[in-house]
Amino acid sequence: MYTQGLDQKPEAENQADQAEKLKQFQARIDADEKIEPKDWMPAAYRKTLIRQISQHAHSEIVGMLPEGNWITRAPTLRRKAILLAKVQDEAGHGLYLYSAAETLGVSRDELVDQLLSGKAKYSSIFNYPTLSWADIGAIGWLVDGAAIMNQIPLCRCSYGPYARAMVRVCKEESFHQRQGFEIMLTLCRGTEEQRYMAQDALNRWWWPSLMMFGPSDVDSKHSAQSMAWKIKRFSNDELRQKFIDVTVPQAEHLGLKMPDPDLKWNETRGHYDCGEIDWQEFHDVLKGNGPCNRERLEARNTAHDNGAWVREAAVAYANKHNSGREAA
Amino acid sequence: MTKQDWPLYEIFIRSRSGLSHRHVGSLHAADAQMALDHARDLYTRRGEGVSIWAVASRDIVASDPAESAALFEPAEDKIYRHPTFYEVPEGVENL
Repeated sequence: MYTQGLDQKPEAENQADQAEKLKQFQARIDADEKIEPKDWMPAAYRKTLIRQISQHAHSEIVGMLPEGNWITRAPTLRRKAILLAKVQDEAGHGLYLYSAAETLGVSRDELVDQLLSGKAKYSSIFNYPTLSWADIGAIGWLVDGAAIMNQIPLCRCSYGPYARAMVRVCKEESFHQRQGFEIMLTLCRGTEEQRYMAQDALNRWWWPSLMMFGPSDVDSKHSAQSMAWKIKRFSNDELRQKFIDVTVPQAEHLGLKMPDPDLKWNETRGHYDCGEIDWQEFHDVLKGNGPCNRERLEARNTAHDNGAWVREAAVAYANKHNSGREAA
Repeated sequence: MTKQDWPLYEIFIRSRSGLSHRHVGSLHAADAQMALDHARDLYTRRGEGVSIWAVASRDIVASDPAESAALFEPAEDKIYRHPTFYEVPEGVENL
């Protein structure tokens, strides 16, 4: 049930109780039991989940912006209808995830404020610009592809509401990836200029897509505890490698060249080797200095401010309606 | 920025007639009609339902997991409530 996050009572407990509860909690996790909103959970587990789920929700919401850029300029009515449906899905994913975060005792308003004030983080990928129509293809194919790779293990995450939200998200996400690949395929079968557009988009989106999996395992500060709590099931580098291994053959099918001179099949490892990621760029974008960070936040704030009168009107209407009913 | 505090609604969807409504998630809405409208957009974009129930979350009464032992353990030792508890001799049919 999603209702039960906000009525948690603060508990005063002694340390022995706490240690015993922690032990029982870990035993439930180890037995692959799901944790539900009203169950006892360590404060750090709650905090980690609020951070992760809300960042995930923010990413879905901000993720609408780069694609929204092309809705009015989609090349055909078919592409436009598809892109609208995809962007609407992203809004839906944001809402499922905000609801899941709220079960942990944080309010929607707080979460929205954190995004609008710039305090909250969201996926670094959405701070890159969408310069051509081919970017919409590359986003669907690579960005949604990377997201699916990250999200499928989250369907088995130990926290029930998050896992359930992810099941819905993953079901909807696979159309996103396919429509992106189809855009790339159409371009690659087109004119010389169209193939160039596809290659250019791949060149710009490949590395940022790899960064979506987060810092390398050596530098990932949250990973070990998240694995123990079964919030995370695979390490950042494992998921990144999986993504590379499935995506390289797809690029070959398209006849595109990966923008990485060090990329080659490693027979002994059974995986592709690739070049070093520019971690400086990753950290710069996370800190707010990517190509579009400021623009994204401004767009989000403007949309929120411009919608204020609608929200106010809805509340005024509801209040009037309710008081009318009570009087009757 | 004004806080809106739209109430939370739990959404239940009947996927086709003959099945019961099932909890699918929750959403915020200013009133009941908006909860239904938003539920349609949020939870039935791919034909997932033929009917929606929206229930204000504050109206739901829920059991407390801390009391789950007291509530549910008494049922565990009453295995005679299951048909498999009883011996049926070989050759006896329609039982």
